[in-house]
Amino acid sequence: MELNQLTIHELQNRLRAGEATALEIVQALFKRIETVESRLKAYISLMKEDAFEGAIRADEAIKKGDINPLTGIPIALKDIYCTKGVRTTCGSRILHNYIPPYNATVVEKLQQAGAIFTGKTNMDEFAMGSSTETSFFGATRNPWDPERIPGGSSGGSAVAVAADECIAALGSDTGGSIRQPAALCGVVGMKPTYGRVSRFGLIAFASSLDQIGPFTKDVEDCAIIMNCIAGYDPKESTSVPADVPDYRDFLSRDIKGWTIGVPKEYFIEGIDPEVEQAVRQAIKVVEGLGAKTRDVSLPRTKYCLAVYYIVAPAEASSNLARYDGIKYGYRTPDSLDLLDMYKKSRSDGFGAEVKRRIMLGTYALSSGYYDAYYKKASQVRALIKQDFDEVFRTCDIILTPTTPTPAFKLGEKTDDPLQMYLSDILTISANLAGIPGISVPCGFSGSGLPIGLQFLASHFEEGKLMQIASAYEKNANLEKRRPHL
Amino acid sequence: MKITKKEVEYVAHLARLEFAEEEKEKFTSQLNDILMYMEMLNQIDTAGVEPMSHAIAQKNAFREDSIGESLDNEAALANAPDPRGDFFRVPKVIE
Amino acid sequence: MKYEAVIGLEVHAQLLTDTKIFCNCSTKFGAAPNSHTCPICLGMPGVLPVLNKKVVEYAIKMGLATHCRINAQCSFARKNYFYPDLPKGYQISQYAEPLAEFGHVDIEINGEKKAIGITRIHMEEDAGKLLHDEHNPVSYVDLNRTGVPLIEIVSEPDMRSAEEAAAYLKRLHEILVYLEICDGNMEEGSFRCDANISLRPWGETAFGIRTELKNMNSFRNVQRALEYEIKRQQYILDDGGEVVQETRLWEDGQGVTHSMRSKEEAHDYRYFPDPDLVPIDIGRDWVDEVEKNLPELPLAKRERFMGEYQISAYDAGVLTVSRALADYFEEVAKRSGKPKIAANWVMGDILKFLNEEKKDIKDCPITPSALADLIGLIDKGTISGKMAKDVVEQMYQTGKAPTAIIEEKGMVQITDESTLSKIISEVIEANPEQVAQYRSGKEKVFGFFVGQIMKATQGKANPKIINDLLKKMLTKS
Repeated sequence: MELNQLTIHELQNRLRAGEATALEIVQALFKRIETVESRLKAYISLMKEDAFEGAIRADEAIKKGDINPLTGIPIALKDIYCTKGVRTTCGSRILHNYIPPYNATVVEKLQQAGAIFTGKTNMDEFAMGSSTETSFFGATRNPWDPERIPGGSSGGSAVAVAADECIAALGSDTGGSIRQPAALCGVVGMKPTYGRVSRFGLIAFASSLDQIGPFTKDVEDCAIIMNCIAGYDPKESTSVPADVPDYRDFLSRDIKGWTIGVPKEYFIEGIDPEVEQAVRQAIKVVEGLGAKTRDVSLPRTKYCLAVYYIVAPAEASSNLARYDGIKYGYRTPDSLDLLDMYKKSRSDGFGAEVKRRIMLGTYALSSGYYDAYYKKASQVRALIKQDFDEVFRTCDIILTPTTPTPAFKLGEKTDDPLQMYLSDILTISANLAGIPGISVPCGFSGSGLPIGLQFLASHFEEGKLMQIASAYEKNANLEKRRPHL
Repeated sequence: MKITKKEVEYVAHLARLEFAEEEKEKFTSQLNDILMYMEMLNQIDTAGVEPMSHAIAQKNAFREDSIGESLDNEAALANAPDPRGDFFRVPKVIE
Repeated sequence: MKYEAVIGLEVHAQLLTDTKIFCNCSTKFGAAPNSHTCPICLGMPGVLPVLNKKVVEYAIKMGLATHCRINAQCSFARKNYFYPDLPKGYQISQYAEPLAEFGHVDIEINGEKKAIGITRIHMEEDAGKLLHDEHNPVSYVDLNRTGVPLIEIVSEPDMRSAEEAAAYLKRLHEILVYLEICDGNMEEGSFRCDANISLRPWGETAFGIRTELKNMNSFRNVQRALEYEIKRQQYILDDGGEVVQETRLWEDGQGVTHSMRSKEEAHDYRYFPDPDLVPIDIGRDWVDEVEKNLPELPLAKRERFMGEYQISAYDAGVLTVSRALADYFEEVAKRSGKPKIAANWVMGDILKFLNEEKKDIKDCPITPSALADLIGLIDKGTISGKMAKDVVEQMYQTGKAPTAIIEEKGMVQITDESTLSKIISEVIEANPEQVAQYRSGKEKVFGFFVGQIMKATQGKANPKIINDLLKKMLTKS
């Protein structure tokens, strides 16, 4: 095995034992990136120089015994986090040349933990998409089949982990943008509870739904990253001042006696039979570990998509108003006056999907429609959350497929936004309710595409998610495969 | 029809976007489909339900009134497409 | 036809916090352009707002001082519109849930009291500033002011004349300055006022069509603009026309209001709850705490001064114009034990000196205790009132104590009767003609003698003693 194929905990052991150096890890990674990146396009910007410098510093620190949880570990960042002095585009032309003067809180936290950054990964423009096809910098390809999409919006991060172009990565999840690409690329992806990981410096898509989380090769790595990034941040008003446990403590605990809810609404019409089969098989695995499964109902599930596609665009229409060609980013070279400058800069700077959502959101908030759309959706959202509260009164965990189908082909859904939106149907509810969720690999389709299993837990129960995901991972006896590239 | 081309034009103006004629037609039709889909929300009785504007109900997040670091003028203007002197320059506002 | 004006005011007051409402940048006025800015107030991608607690405290103060109900929960909303001075493309304000509501402020016009209703008081962030190029079709944006905390105070349409509006505005201003939550500087824009005004025929209860007036940056301009607008609307209505609902700008130089030309498509601000900020719970405890530390307000102070110090309503009004002046007067009054005399000195010489130099009472070189000492010296007869006028001027210029000045200049009054008798005898002897006149009944020459004695003593003679002695000595032999 090459060093870049290992997990964080494996590398930690080697680094500590002196069996590998950070420099060797970074060298292996960039060799891999050189080989596969042109076919996959996981990154928008590489931070090669920073990474090599970081590796040298990490090796010096290790020599001195100054070892932090992520010392010497190369991590990729979705290009949605502000990185001081490093271009941050959010996948958009309108920010194609933007260099932030500050670091996002998670970036600072990872730095303090000793992480090395490999680069900024590709994404759907402003995280609006489920396929990483709407990026201004071109589409990212699924390493399991480059004709197919990797999922989105954090497709670049998922691919970078799946194709061993980094050891772990950070993404952001507004309606499934971590869990869905994790499922489609065969890696672990977690969306924590809203308020658990600071959003400060995360370029906003939909503020009440956005949450940051890790992509990793296994559940233990997920716990390691969460230990570094979770916690209260006074720079964010919606950050929750709650204690963060050591998530590694949950990895070896069993799930005997747990009640697992299986919501019937998540085994919808149109779900791929191979996906359903893999998930049913997973149910058997957790039952084998001493957990009881129960059919439960989340009756408002069918409204989630409609609620989401009102709330998220409404917030986005306001969040994206700052891109006006004045303070930063793209400005049209020719304009007649201010109004013309605004319209041209924004129309040329944003791609079609972003404009579609700005239009939708603006409409939903506009005079005469607010009550029928935004307010109505916010009320239904409250009811959706109640559904979850109800189920979590009797269940420890909810188990569902992460996506209705494995990865679809590039271009397959680009002309039909509603069909594209439907691919998020199983992940959106967690964002609406603010609860944490994790997607773990649960097998492959007949054509060799990864399938994902989703666990959902009640607010701030990330530990429970680690516990069941880890137990499942250890006992599922899944075939170990790597994408052929 | 949930949304007309004229409304699309009005909303585009509010959002400071502009579209070619063809795009407008396409947007009108796509937005229509999406809004038709949203119709399903009317099946739910939400009378008396408090709208949920935040994922987690929290209150009273404050900071103290103490001065921190500002950016210097150069850093503030570093990303500006058209900085002039100490200012951001913009085309004249037509009143 | 006879019309009644219906006026409501919207006042924006900048709060005197050290930092902006949602970030740690300084609020100080007059810095180099775009130097009091940070990623947050510049609206950079990824930033988030965190509310300055002091802003809430100050807003509660104003709510209590204007008899508002402080809502148990309030929250922020986004007001969406594009303008170059608004870096996020939305202003964070309060909409559905303001901090305070249902208050009032009492005004007095020609001795008649009237309560003007306050609809609401809410917190919001200020916008930046635009400078327009005079030669080229461009504008320059300075974002230093962006995010400076404001409270907006919206009145009910309760005012019926420009005079009432001006009185209301002055009351609000006075309260804000008293509370020390706003510096009240209208020129620098820390206290701004927009007005809504309509006319209706006398006796009518429905409102007429209103215009909104902007750009009035002094009390006088508010009154003038409203007076002008009343006339303008009256003229239109008398002529059978209809007032156009629009925003009009006051043009100070020409003394008229101009239409802003209705460029704006009807505003569609798309208000919605700001997802980046959480609701604010203001419990009874917090309100009580603020209330406990509320200073005495101008109206209450005025009434107390009239009762406690037996000064006129007018004097009480002048002396309570600012909290600092009232405190100054009160200290002088207490230390000297002569409130009426203290009032005269403060309103007379002290304010005259300060006004000449456009100085604030806080910068007055004469301390209240020094002024009280001076009053004491007059009372004891150490110096005459006339001498005191010179002394106070010296005190103002040098900041020295009155006794020091008196000593330095040898200004102590001569009260010794034998000394004075001797001087009087000399004057009498030197002017036999006038003595004869006096004795023949021409008492007017008495003043001549006083003058001569004062001249001989360089004004230091005690006038009362001179009076008595002179009368005695002139009639004596």
